[in-house]
Amino acid sequence: MNEQPIVVQLRGVSKEFGHGHVQALEEIDLDIRPGEFVSLIGPSGCGKSTLLRIVGDLIKPSGGEVVVNGKSAPQARLDRDYGIVFQDAVLFDWRTVEKNIGLPLEIMGWERRKRGERVREMVELVELKGFESHHPWQLSGGMQQRVSIARALSFGPPLLLMDEPFGALDEMTRERLNLELLRIWEQSGSTVIFVTHSISEAVFLSTRVVVISARPGRIVGIVDVDLRQPRNIETREEPRFAELIREVRQLLRKGGGFDAAEGSGEEDLIVAEEGLQ
Amino acid sequence: MATVAAEHPGRGIPWRPALTRLGMMAIVLVALCSLWEAFKWVGETTGLRLGSFEVNDKTFPHLYDIVGQLFEPSRRNGPLLIEVLWDAALFTAKEAAVGFALGASVGFLLGVLLAHSRLLQRGFLPYIVASQTIPILAVAPMVVVWFGGRGFPDWFSVSIISAYLTFFPVTINTLRGLTSVDPRALELMRSSAANPLQILWKLRMPTSLPYLFAAFKISATASVVGAIIGELPASIQDGLGGAILNFNQYYSSRPESLWATNLIAAALGITFFLVVVVAERLVVRRAPENVA
Repeated sequence: MNEQPIVVQLRGVSKEFGHGHVQALEEIDLDIRPGEFVSLIGPSGCGKSTLLRIVGDLIKPSGGEVVVNGKSAPQARLDRDYGIVFQDAVLFDWRTVEKNIGLPLEIMGWERRKRGERVREMVELVELKGFESHHPWQLSGGMQQRVSIARALSFGPPLLLMDEPFGALDEMTRERLNLELLRIWEQSGSTVIFVTHSISEAVFLSTRVVVISARPGRIVGIVDVDLRQPRNIETREEPRFAELIREVRQLLRKGGGFDAAEGSGEEDLIVAEEGLQ
Repeated sequence: MATVAAEHPGRGIPWRPALTRLGMMAIVLVALCSLWEAFKWVGETTGLRLGSFEVNDKTFPHLYDIVGQLFEPSRRNGPLLIEVLWDAALFTAKEAAVGFALGASVGFLLGVLLAHSRLLQRGFLPYIVASQTIPILAVAPMVVVWFGGRGFPDWFSVSIISAYLTFFPVTINTLRGLTSVDPRALELMRSSAANPLQILWKLRMPTSLPYLFAAFKISATASVVGAIIGELPASIQDGLGGAILNFNQYYSSRPESLWATNLIAAALGITFFLVVVVAERLVVRRAPENVA
């Protein structure tokens, strides 16, 4: 087991909100290896977004150990070991597409020429050529999300954290971006942690699907997705695809995923906790 | 690319919105003038009285008389009134501009400071609010005493009074703007390990710009009002405040002069406002629907 380095190592990670009134996560153990595409799936409020933020050191865990690239999570954040993509693109309105993509490079103090080159590569990677000097409000939702993916990958982080990145998009855009994401993942060689609500999206994209139960969030089971790589439009037609979906669904049911109340306010709690920093 | 970017509405015909706006302004101006003259006509023909208020050429001069007064000599063998008022307006503009710059800077710095500490907000905000409940006329004489004859030019104390009216909206809106940042955007900055100065400069500042300019618009006109009022206790004769005081004494013989002065004071306030609007257009890059 130990011959390969581990990108993310979680040991007994737990998280309580509101002074212990809400147990969001309990005893999470998980190892993620280089190049993996791991989806976290579970009902609303199961703490999957919280888990993602704990890995990224945007939230502190209440207990347990988080190791990213052999370092503590805060150190990994300071070393810019990961890029992050949210459900909303979170682009800066006052910056053009180019400047949005180059924001992390600016923060890291890259010199202008090197920055320009990398931004051009990124624009090509996410197929936004010709839109470099557009402003975010001039782009469709799908294009905005591609800008935010390019921004997250601009500095070549070994780890990509994605928090329901396609949740706000329509089905057709979503399927197209799924394919694009797989292509980008192959090209960049990053490790991806992907939070989603969609079973089929999780199975289609991932090498492993981690199913998390309703509150308190625990890992109910992990499904190894042994679908052929590279995946394409036909992948969804394969019998194995349907079987894997059934497996994930059964695990979700076991974890109470189908009787959990919708919108149980995990997001609100995060916002309240973070407050004005 | 299948998806097409949403275009700016009306970008192809940039002159049309401007023309519509100008047309609308002209219509409203004509309507207001008509209303004035109509009220005067009705009041005079019916002998309308509201208590001791009577509509006549003293209380309600004809608009053409007011405008015409601008081109009459201000006193016997003196320069035209408009020349006098032009010089006075320039003088007051200087006081107001310095006051605005001072007030906006102090207000902004105060806002930045308060935005970074809840504790400072709790401690200072009540007093900042209290400062605005004290009538400017009560503060002005003290300011004149403090700054008069201490090496500052006379008009500088007027600028201080003007700044006193200016800083408050800027502080409140800076505070509001800097703290209204999308929490996701903050997470994004933290994920790139941005330092506090980068977060301030690359995220909080641009986010707060529209708030800031909303405050500048209020402050710009307030700075003119502050300068005019400030001239009274400072006994400064060279500005519009001095002119208002002067023509007030001659109101019974020449009411049009005071009205004309008010007209010029209003024009100065509008000019200050427009300068801020133009600056905003140049500085703030925002989705068109977010630009006031």
